[in-house]
Amino acid sequence: MSTQPNSFRTQPDERGHFGIFGGRFVAETLMPLILDLEREYRAAQSDPAFAAEFDDLLTHYVGRPSPLYYAERLTEELRKDAPAGKGAQIWFKRDELNHTGAHKINNCIGQILLARRMGKTRIIAETGAGQHGVATATVCARFGLPCVIYMGARDMERQQPNVFRMKLLGAEVIGVESGARTLKDAMNEALRDWVANVHDTFYIIGTAAGPHPYPELVRDFQSVIGKETRAQLLERTGRLPDLLVAAIGGGSNAIGLFHPFLDDPSVRMLGVEAAGHGLDKEHAASLAGGAPGILHGNRTYLLQGEDGQIDEAHSISAGLDYPGIGPEHAWLRDIGRVEYTSATDTEALDAFQLLCRTEGIIPALEPSHAIAAVTKVTREMDRDAIIVVNLCGRGDKDIFTVAEALGTQI
Amino acid sequence: MTRFANAFAKPHAALVTFVTAGDGDTAAVLDALVAGGADVIELGMPFTDPMADGPAIQAANLRSFAAGTTTADILAIAKGFRARHADIPLVLMGYANPMTVRGADWFAAACKDSGVDGVICVDIPFEEDDSLGPALRAAGVDQIRLATPTTDAARLPAVLDGAGGFLYYVSVAGITGLQQAAQASIEEAVTHLRAQTDLPIAVGFGVRTPEQAANIARVADGVVVGSALVELVAQHGADAPRHIESFTRSLAAAIHGAKEIAA
Repeated sequence: MSTQPNSFRTQPDERGHFGIFGGRFVAETLMPLILDLEREYRAAQSDPAFAAEFDDLLTHYVGRPSPLYYAERLTEELRKDAPAGKGAQIWFKRDELNHTGAHKINNCIGQILLARRMGKTRIIAETGAGQHGVATATVCARFGLPCVIYMGARDMERQQPNVFRMKLLGAEVIGVESGARTLKDAMNEALRDWVANVHDTFYIIGTAAGPHPYPELVRDFQSVIGKETRAQLLERTGRLPDLLVAAIGGGSNAIGLFHPFLDDPSVRMLGVEAAGHGLDKEHAASLAGGAPGILHGNRTYLLQGEDGQIDEAHSISAGLDYPGIGPEHAWLRDIGRVEYTSATDTEALDAFQLLCRTEGIIPALEPSHAIAAVTKVTREMDRDAIIVVNLCGRGDKDIFTVAEALGTQI
Repeated sequence: MTRFANAFAKPHAALVTFVTAGDGDTAAVLDALVAGGADVIELGMPFTDPMADGPAIQAANLRSFAAGTTTADILAIAKGFRARHADIPLVLMGYANPMTVRGADWFAAACKDSGVDGVICVDIPFEEDDSLGPALRAAGVDQIRLATPTTDAARLPAVLDGAGGFLYYVSVAGITGLQQAAQASIEEAVTHLRAQTDLPIAVGFGVRTPEQAANIARVADGVVVGSALVELVAQHGADAPRHIESFTRSLAAAIHGAKEIAA
C-alpha cells in the first residue's frame, strides 16, 4: 500500500467494511435483524449503564483483570539456544484464568447484555473447541435464557469434556453431521437456525467474524485484553511491549490484544495461524494459504478452490480449525500493520509441553501455536525487548487430544 | 420481449422449478421439467456451505460434488439447455463466493455467454450490491432479488432498486424445503409487494404439492418448487427424469388451471 491511514483504529466504515473486507453478506431474511443489532449496539455504546454492567460482570463474574505474568523460566529456557544478547522477556496475558478458562467469556458477556436489551429470549451459538460454547452456555445459565449450541460431530468427539460442561450448564448441544463436521459446518447450522427463528433468537457469534456488526462488537468486547495489558505493562515496566503475539482461528483473542495498540508504531504484532500438517498439506492458515472470498457473512481470506468452493481446514486445535479469518485481520495483513505467521500441529504440541514443564501452566492448544511462534522470534530479539503473548485458554480440555497425539493411554 | 416477460405474460401463473446442477443427469432433468410444463428454470449452483438451504438441497449439493461438478460444467449445462430450449428463461441460483471468485464481470459475461437470463444470489443483499449487481446489469443479465417476511416497508424500495426478471418472495423466514407459509400470509404479502413493483412476483419455499401450488397461483404470478423436485432426483437416480416430468405436469396443471378455477 502506498498510503497508510492516520489511524488503524477507525475501522470498519459505516457499511462494516475493513478496506475491501468485512461487510454484510447474509440472506435478506437476516438483514433487518443485523441492522437492528447494529442500532442496538450503537445505543449500548453511548449508554453508560451498559458499560457499567459489562465492567461489573467482567470484574466480579469473569474475574478480570486477568494477570500479566512474566514467564521467567520460559524466557531463560529459550535464551539457552539464542545467539548472544538475544532472547526477549516473555510475558503472558493470562486470559486462561478467566471464568470458564478462556477469553471467550468476555465477548459472551457483552453479547448477552445486547440480547437482553433487544428483548431476545433464546440464544444460539456455534462452537469449535467448545470454549465459546461453554462460555455461551455459562452466560445463558447466569441470565436464565435457553441455549442451543451447534457443534461439529467430529469436534464433539475430540472435545468431550466441553460437551459435558455445556450440558451441565443447561445447554442443548446439537451435533452437526454435514461437511467435515467441524466449526464451519456448525456455523452453517447455527445460521440456518437463526434464519428460521429471527423473531426471538439472538446468535452469539464466538469470533471476530461474520456479518457486520459482529466483527466490530466482538473486537470491542475483547479489547479489554489489550487495554488491560497496556495499563499493566506500563505500571510494571513503564514501557509498551515490543511485540504482541496471539494465535488466530477467527482471530478474536488476537484482535482483542492488538487493537488498543494499533496506533503505537513501536509495537509490532504477530498473529499465528494453524499450519496443521504443514502449509503444503492440510492446514487452517487462511492468510498464508487462502484468497479473498465471501463466507459466513463477510469477505475475508478463505481456504478455497478455484471455483470458490470452501476447503476443509485442519488443525489439531479444534478452536483454530476454520477455513476463514476475521475480516479485520485480513485488512491488517494487507496494509502490513500486523505480521502473520503459522505453527504446525507438531510445533504446537512441542510448545504445549514446553510450557507445562517450564512454567507449570497447561495451555490450550490454541495459544500453544502462539508459544511455538515465540520460540522462534525471541531468538532474533534483544534481551531487553518485551514480548506479550495472549495465553487465551487453558489446556484441561485438550489433554485427551494431546495424549493421543503423544501416543499415551490415559 | 425478454424471456422473463414472455413467461409471465401468459394468462396463468408461471411454474418456476429449481434443481441442483450436476445432481444426476441434469440435461435430461431440465428437459423433463420443460416437457412437464415448467415456465421458468432455476439451476442451482452447488456450494460447500449452503447456509440458506435445508436437508434436501444440502444433500443434492453433496451428490453434485461427489460427481465432480465444476463451475465450467454448470455453465456448459446452461449453454446446452439454451441450445435446446430457445424460449424458456434460465436462472442461476446460488451463493456469492462461487459467483464472484473469478470476479463479478467474469461471472456476468459467462452467464450472458451461456444463455442465462437471470441470477439469484442468496447472500448478497442490496447493501452489498456492488459485489455483483453492476456487473450483471452491464452484461444485461437480470438480477432477481429476494423479499422475505422480514423485509419491511422501509427496505422494500431498496430491494427493488436494480431488481429484474421477477421478484422472488421467500414466503417463510427459514431455510429451503421445510415449512410452508399460511395462505393468508402469502396473500397479504403479495398484495403488499404488488403495490410497490411492476415485476412479476413468484412465491417459494416449502411448496411441495400441486394443491399448495394452486393456492399460491391464485394470488401470485409464479410459484417456485425446488426441494420436492430435488428429492425426486435423489429418490430415482437415473430414472429421475420420468418422475420429474410427471410431477412437473401435475404441478403445471394445478398452477395453470388455478386462475380459471378462481374466476
